[in-house]
Amino acid sequence: MPKWASSAVLCLPWLLSGCGGDQSALAPAGRAAHEVALLWWWMLGVSTIVLIAVCGLWLWAQFRKPVDTDPDTERRIARRWLIGGGLVLPLVTIVVLLAFGIPIGHRMLPLPLDEAPMKIEVTGHQWWWEVHYPASGITLEDRIVMPAGRPVDFHLESADVIHSFWVPRLGGKIDMIPGRTNVLRLQADAPGRFRGQCAEFCGLRHAHMTLTVDALAEDDWQAWLAERAQAGQADEAGASP
Amino acid sequence: MTTTVQTREKVWHNPRGWRALTVVSHTNIGRRFMLTGLFFFLVGGLMAMLMRAQLAFPDQAFMSAEIYNQLFTMHGTIMMFLFALPMLEGLGMYMVPKLIGARDLAFPRLGAFGYYCYLFGGLILLSSVALAMAPDSGWFMYTPLSSDVFSPGLNSDFWLLGVTFVEIAAVTAGIELMVSILKTRTAGMSLSRMPLMAWYLLVTSVMVVFGFPPLILGSILLELERAGGLAFFDVARGGDPLLWQHLFWLFGHPEVYIIFLPAAGLVSTLIPVFARRPIIGYRALVLAVITTGFISFGLWVHHMFTVGIPKLAQAFFSVASMLVAVPTAVQIFAWLATLWAGRPRFSLPMLWIFGFLVVFVFGGLTGVMLALVPFNWQVHDTHFVVAHMHYVLIGGMLFPLVAGIYYYLPLFTGRMPSMQLGRWGFWLFFIGFNVTFLIMHFTGLMGMPRRVYTYEAGLGWDIPNLISSIGGFIMTAGVGMVLLDLVLHGRYGRKAPANPWQGDTLEWTLRLPPPNWNFDTLPTVNSRHPLPVFPGHNTDASTEPMPSWLPDMSHGRRETLGCHPVSGKPVSTIHLPGNSWWPFVCALSLAVLCVLLLIRAYPLAAASATLSVALLSAWSWYNGPRKAHALAPSDPDQPPLHFRGLDSPGLWGANAGLMASGSLFMSMLFGWFYLWTVAPLWQFPEQTPLHWPLLTGVALLCSLAAWVYRRLLTPPKQGLTRSVLLIAGAGALALMLLATQIRLAPLAVREQAHDAILLVMLLYLLMHVGVALLATLLQARRAALGLVSAELPYELPIVRQLWRYAVLVAWALLLVLIAFPLSWGVY
Repeated sequence: MPKWASSAVLCLPWLLSGCGGDQSALAPAGRAAHEVALLWWWMLGVSTIVLIAVCGLWLWAQFRKPVDTDPDTERRIARRWLIGGGLVLPLVTIVVLLAFGIPIGHRMLPLPLDEAPMKIEVTGHQWWWEVHYPASGITLEDRIVMPAGRPVDFHLESADVIHSFWVPRLGGKIDMIPGRTNVLRLQADAPGRFRGQCAEFCGLRHAHMTLTVDALAEDDWQAWLAERAQAGQADEAGASP
Repeated sequence: MTTTVQTREKVWHNPRGWRALTVVSHTNIGRRFMLTGLFFFLVGGLMAMLMRAQLAFPDQAFMSAEIYNQLFTMHGTIMMFLFALPMLEGLGMYMVPKLIGARDLAFPRLGAFGYYCYLFGGLILLSSVALAMAPDSGWFMYTPLSSDVFSPGLNSDFWLLGVTFVEIAAVTAGIELMVSILKTRTAGMSLSRMPLMAWYLLVTSVMVVFGFPPLILGSILLELERAGGLAFFDVARGGDPLLWQHLFWLFGHPEVYIIFLPAAGLVSTLIPVFARRPIIGYRALVLAVITTGFISFGLWVHHMFTVGIPKLAQAFFSVASMLVAVPTAVQIFAWLATLWAGRPRFSLPMLWIFGFLVVFVFGGLTGVMLALVPFNWQVHDTHFVVAHMHYVLIGGMLFPLVAGIYYYLPLFTGRMPSMQLGRWGFWLFFIGFNVTFLIMHFTGLMGMPRRVYTYEAGLGWDIPNLISSIGGFIMTAGVGMVLLDLVLHGRYGRKAPANPWQGDTLEWTLRLPPPNWNFDTLPTVNSRHPLPVFPGHNTDASTEPMPSWLPDMSHGRRETLGCHPVSGKPVSTIHLPGNSWWPFVCALSLAVLCVLLLIRAYPLAAASATLSVALLSAWSWYNGPRKAHALAPSDPDQPPLHFRGLDSPGLWGANAGLMASGSLFMSMLFGWFYLWTVAPLWQFPEQTPLHWPLLTGVALLCSLAAWVYRRLLTPPKQGLTRSVLLIAGAGALALMLLATQIRLAPLAVREQAHDAILLVMLLYLLMHVGVALLATLLQARRAALGLVSAELPYELPIVRQLWRYAVLVAWALLLVLIAFPLSWGVY
């Protein structure tokens, strides 16, 4: 068996433990992440088959007993391989891939909904996340609290260099580029705690620019908002002379 | 007059000691590129090992973030710019004349110059490591991180100046290979009889000529922003950091195919020899290679799927990125078909080819996955991409390279490899590679981003990283064993018999190792397989004796055949330049300039630049033939000497150089239109700062110069010098008008991107007019001395081309900078 496969077998016990982790795209907890994870497993399966088939054919061609061919057989062989393998195989694969992939990508877009999703503004700094809730005026650092079970639109900007906002268990990433606002829509299926990390090299402490995302059930979410509003009022009351 | 071996050795002599710096022969220069590339490979590999040591365990304090950031930046920079391309260029320069039946490449001194630029540029880059000032913004140097605001200090400047210097070598090699393959093939070698490797290298060299200038432009603009405060990538002043990404990847994507195609050419070379039959699908392969070259220029945005560009654009680039798999698949199945229909025999090179297949196909498959946008959004900028790119780069380039080196060992040293140690080296490397990088796909999927100097425990990344690091050590052992194997067999292997592998192409007619001049006499070929090694497949074996060419060297000239680019019919005898100090001296002067720019000593740098221009002009002067050779009678049996006509390698080289400059210009136009339409805070001033009458004057004068030159192509017996001086006069006037425009235009280049771009474009035109003027003045002097005349007209069309290009740029600027915006109503 090809040596790479032996390497894969060595990893099997750990693989089978679910490829989990708070930041794993293979432990999806949101709809977008679920779809991409499924896409990945299918693509891996088909790729493995293609790789084994191509390598198998090569080994067979290299080591089998050669058969004498006349020019006509040669032309047939050439046509079969070049057209079947060179044109048909990749084109069919590409069409199938796009047929599944394009709708998935489309569903991940922040297109207008009947009810506008909640908006959270995140600004990337070197090397921390500034999280702002425009509706309620709350500001957090390196932490996001959001309601579970409904879509949330993140409006992403940068205060300095290019960063990238990424919470793998919920969905894909998008860059935070100075001068622009990019929008990413994420939805957590169920309450939980997830981890995010900056995914565009942004300088010295890029490796430490992490993010904690807490998705709360709807009641808990309202409670949290209320608690923060009270704390805010208390601050203001305390601060006024 | 007979030519003896002694005569040949004298004409093609390579001096030793100090004078070895003057050597220009392609065999030596190609070998130097390869050995220097090997040195940089080992340096880059050492850096990778240090990185893997740091990442083996979570939260390690083995290495600080500063050091790690410099290491990963330099690892990528060294491997991509100082190893991959120079190594393959070196192999190409070494092989091409032997493949196409020539004695040397078309521009031996240019090749030597390119080598020294590579060497000095590489040393400048390495010196940054020694000074602990290595670039640390990633090998693709995204702004604003790499700008002076967020990366003060010289680190990024080392990259911008050093890499641009090294790229001179890439572009000169591209020009040289392109012209050599098109114009110096031996008699009868039409394009359809050319070895496939020559096709692959032809397409690669054209890709280099067009693909490198966008990066050169980007680097110049970023350096101007960092050192001069000009605004190109700064949002507040009307620029856009994404412009850098576009310019970089416009280069970056063709770059990886530039790296892959020569290696695929090696596979196409080895397969038929080891299958003992001609390759199946020669035409399909040529078409596939050309298609790959074209498509590769239309894919670059797949590196930018997460920046937020419009979805329609993303869909286009996604589909295009997948479609490039089609010509690649055609190549793979042509190879498969050849093995299937042949009588394959196994060997050490074929073992490495099999390794290439497994690794590269897997890398290609993950590449198609990455082209799918939703999946890309998860794994972009993670270790999944690191795994993918190492699979395609190491699989697609390193494995075929090693196969090719083993295959051509008889040419390099006259000795044969063997399976004994080689087999161990292969498996050690293959296993080590897969242990390192296979698991890395999962490391990325589990959320580990790229370019992190450490990571927290408990995220599931601990074991995979440890496995990758252990694999890295195994891989290193493999590299060591392969190198040992090559050195041992290179020196002590079995002496190679004639045509040891039974190859069908011309390089196997040479003595092993071949003499400096390759062929004693140049053959005529009339089929794809000049050596009839494939039984039953020798078409049109002619019974007439086929003429051989250029047997005589007693006149003391280095010569090779000049051919028609398509049919291969011999049309001229090219007098090649011999050993010279100019390439070394000029490269050294440019190295001094590079260092002065680096330390921002601008007045000294200006003086140094003037010196470089003088040295380069002197080189161009001494590159022409001495009068003795120029007016020597041609051998009646051989085609005429090339300086008697208007078509010359120099003209083709000039055109190739202008194509590269044209690619730079088109990148500038891209920048202009991009910033105009996309930059968030782009502003037009109330009025255009340009004065159209001045610019129109410049364009008209350049047009006059080009027009007069056209008439000089049938040079008059008398008055040539006067006419050339007239042209120089028009050119000088154009230069003055342009300089006036630049000085008088109210350009606030530090405040507005609009003005900064205008300045760069005007300076670009100024440079071209200046070069054309300088060349014209030199030509006038040469005409006065009788070195350019009706009998020696070949230099005239070359300078004419310089004026024609200046005309093109001048009118284009009028259109794009004044007419178009005015008609759009922005001023």
